[in-house]
Amino acid sequence: MVAKKSIKFIAILVLLMTTVSTFANEGGEDNQHHEKGNKVDTPEEIKEYIAHHLKDSHDFHLFSNNETGTHVSFPLPVIVWSSDGLRMFMSSEFHHDDNGHVIVEKDGVKLTKIHSKIYELEAGAEAVAFDEHHHAENAHKVLDLSITKSVFGMLIAGILMFLGFGALAKGYKKGPIPTGVGRVLEPLVLYVRDEIARPNIGEKKYMKFMPFLLTVFFFIWILNLLGLTPLGFNVTGQIAVTACLAIFTMIIYLTNGSKDFWMHTLWMPGVPYILRPILAVIELIGFVIIKPFSLLVRLFANMTAGHFVVMSLIALVILMKEAFGPVASTGVSLILALFITVIEILVAFLQAFIFTMLSSLFIGMAVEEHDHH
Amino acid sequence: MDTLLNDFSPGLFIMQTIILIILIVLLGKFAWKPILGSLATREDGIKDAIEAAEKAKLELQNLQADNAKLLNEARVERDAMLKEAREMKDKMILDAKDEAQVQANNMIEAAKHAIESEKKTAMVEIKNHVAELSLEIAEKVVRGELSNKDKQLQLVDTLLGESTLN
Repeated sequence: MVAKKSIKFIAILVLLMTTVSTFANEGGEDNQHHEKGNKVDTPEEIKEYIAHHLKDSHDFHLFSNNETGTHVSFPLPVIVWSSDGLRMFMSSEFHHDDNGHVIVEKDGVKLTKIHSKIYELEAGAEAVAFDEHHHAENAHKVLDLSITKSVFGMLIAGILMFLGFGALAKGYKKGPIPTGVGRVLEPLVLYVRDEIARPNIGEKKYMKFMPFLLTVFFFIWILNLLGLTPLGFNVTGQIAVTACLAIFTMIIYLTNGSKDFWMHTLWMPGVPYILRPILAVIELIGFVIIKPFSLLVRLFANMTAGHFVVMSLIALVILMKEAFGPVASTGVSLILALFITVIEILVAFLQAFIFTMLSSLFIGMAVEEHDHH
Repeated sequence: MDTLLNDFSPGLFIMQTIILIILIVLLGKFAWKPILGSLATREDGIKDAIEAAEKAKLELQNLQADNAKLLNEARVERDAMLKEAREMKDKMILDAKDEAQVQANNMIEAAKHAIESEKKTAMVEIKNHVAELSLEIAEKVVRGELSNKDKQLQLVDTLLGESTLN
C-alpha cells in the first residue's frame, strides 16, 4: 500500500516537473547548443551525442526536438561548494547550456557549466575564456555535490531496494513463505548468500559481510538495468561510482584482515628473508591498488562499452540510410540493437555478480585463517 | 587515461559514498537482518523437520524389523508345535495299535485256552458218559440174559437201538 502510494507520488512529481520544464525552456531557445533545424545526423555529431550521454548530467533529459529547439527534461538541483561556501539552485537556470555561455550568479559567485562540469569564474571575469584546447582559462572546477542524473538514479535504486526488500522483510512476519514481490527477491538473496558469500568467505565469517555484499549486488544490478531503459542512466558507467564501490571493498577487506593475512602479506613465511620485503611490497600493491583497480575498471568499462555499442547500433539508422535506404537501415539497426540489448541484460547481471563475487573472494582471502604449519 | 581522470567527479564520489553508507546501514537494519534471520530460522526448521522425519523413519524400520523377527519366531514355534503334535499323534496311534495287538493276542490266547480246556472237560464227560452207558447196557444185558433168553435178546436189540439213538 505504501509502495503503491509512493510510486504514484513519484510519477506525479515527475510529470509535474517535466511540464514545468518544457514551458520554462520555451524562453531560452537562443541559448541552445544545437542550432535550429540541425538534427544529430553526422558521424561527429553522433559521436559527441554518445559521449555526452555517457557522461553524468545535471538535468534529466528525456528528449529534444532540435528543429523547434525544445528540450523535454526536468531540472535537478545543483549543489556546489564554491570558494564562498555552499550554493544551491535548479539546473534549469543553465538553460541546457553546456559550453560556458550561460553564467549563473549566486550571491557574488559566478558559475557556469562546461561539458557537464560546473566551473566557478575567477573574481572579475564576466565570460569564460578558452585556450586552444578548449580548456577554460579563467575558471576552475568546484566541488559539485549536485543531485545529478547519476545521483538521482542511485536514489531511485535505493528507493526500489527499500520498497522491495522492505516488503520481503515484512513478509516474513506473516509466515515463513514470502508472497508477492518477495517471492522473486528471496531466491536472489539466497543466491548471493549461498553462491557468492558462503563459498568464498567461509561459513564462520560470511554473515558479517552480508549487508555490504547484498547491498552492492542489488545496487549495481538495479543501476545496470536502469541503464538499459530509455531513461538513459549511466550510473555504473561513471568512474567515480565504480571507484567508490571498489574502495569500499578495499576498506572492508583491509580492516577485517586476519593476523594470518597480514603475516602472509607483510612477512611471508617460508621465503628467504631477503625476499620478504620485496614480496611485501608486491602483495601490498596487489591488495591496495591492483585489486580495487581491477574491480572499478571492469565494471566501468563493461557498462560504458555496453552503452556505447547500443547507442552506436541505434545510430546506424542514420548512418546507413544513404547507402541502404530507410527500411533496410532501420531493420539492420533494430536487429543488431535488440541482439546487443539482450546480451546487455545478461551483462547487467553478470557484472553485478562478478563485482560481488570478487569482493567476497578478496574478503575471503583477508579473513581466512591458515592452519599453522 | 586523461579523459578518465577528467571525468572523475569528486562530488559524485562523495554523494555515492554517502548514499552507499546510508543504504548499507538502513537496508542492513531494516531489510537484510530480518530477511537473513528469517531465512536462517526457516532453514533450521526445515533441517530439524527432516532430521525428525529421518529419525521416525529409522524407528519405524526398527519396529518393522522387530515385528518381522517376532513373526519369524512365532512361525518357527508354530512349526515346531505342529511337528511335535504330528509326532505325538503318530506315536499315539502306533502305541494304540501295539497295545490293541497285544490285547487281541492275549484274548485269542485266552480263547484258545478256554476252548482247549472246554474241549478237555467235554471229552472227559463224554468218556464218563460212554463208560456209564456201557456199564448200564452191560447191567441190563446181564439182567435180561438172566431172565429170558428171548427177552434178553430183545432187550439187547432194544438197548442197542436206543444207544444208537444216543
